[in-house]
Amino acid sequence: MTVRIQEEDFDLGTEIAALRKGDAQVGAVVSILGTVRDMNEGCQVKGMTLEHYPQMTEKSLENIAAQAKARWDIRQALIIHRVGPLLPEDQIVLVAVTSSHRGEAFAACEFIMDYLKTAAPFWKKEETPGGGRWVDARVTDDVAMARWVENKPKS
Amino acid sequence: MNLQLRFFASLREALACSEEAIDIPSQIKTISHLRSYLRERGGQWAQVLAEGKPIRCALNHEMVPEDTALQEGAEIAFFPPVTGG
Repeated sequence: MTVRIQEEDFDLGTEIAALRKGDAQVGAVVSILGTVRDMNEGCQVKGMTLEHYPQMTEKSLENIAAQAKARWDIRQALIIHRVGPLLPEDQIVLVAVTSSHRGEAFAACEFIMDYLKTAAPFWKKEETPGGGRWVDARVTDDVAMARWVENKPKS
Repeated sequence: MNLQLRFFASLREALACSEEAIDIPSQIKTISHLRSYLRERGGQWAQVLAEGKPIRCALNHEMVPEDTALQEGAEIAFFPPVTGG
């Protein structure tokens, strides 16, 4: 399980190659790449700044990865989250999971992303033509997370 | 009791405070009490920490409910619901 918080960009191909390297038990890799949109809530977004809570961020992401590992039969999980200033089209977050079979990797990857959206201490501040504004948390993210609590998948 | 307070994102900006060391009276036992105690400072503190505002809190880097008991020397953070990913 690897967790990285960084300002620098990352390369999806390089990260996935490293994640599955040397593990011939891996038969599936599932990843989600989050990127910056240029529109939010009907407003143009020129850029954004990602703030986080050092110490707690790493701890919460490691906890999320450990929960996924305990719940599904996965080989490895990688979470990279960028902080600092970002522009539209920039990569923000990568979650990648390896497993022997795709079902476990799909579920674990989605779980980690949903959990991260509601429990990891990151905050986005968007630059719009009207000035800076903090992004409000979405109810849909809480609903997405609640699924994993209510419907525990097969053990 | 001595505590280290931290504030993040919109709360940090509105309070113009990112961190603060504080010595609180002994009757302040929980994070919820602490939030009321800070509200008594008035002004922005009363508004930003007003009851009913969606605020999350963490004790020693772990998100916890507001009725959690305070501990000597703990780091207590207040912040809005998270928006990463």
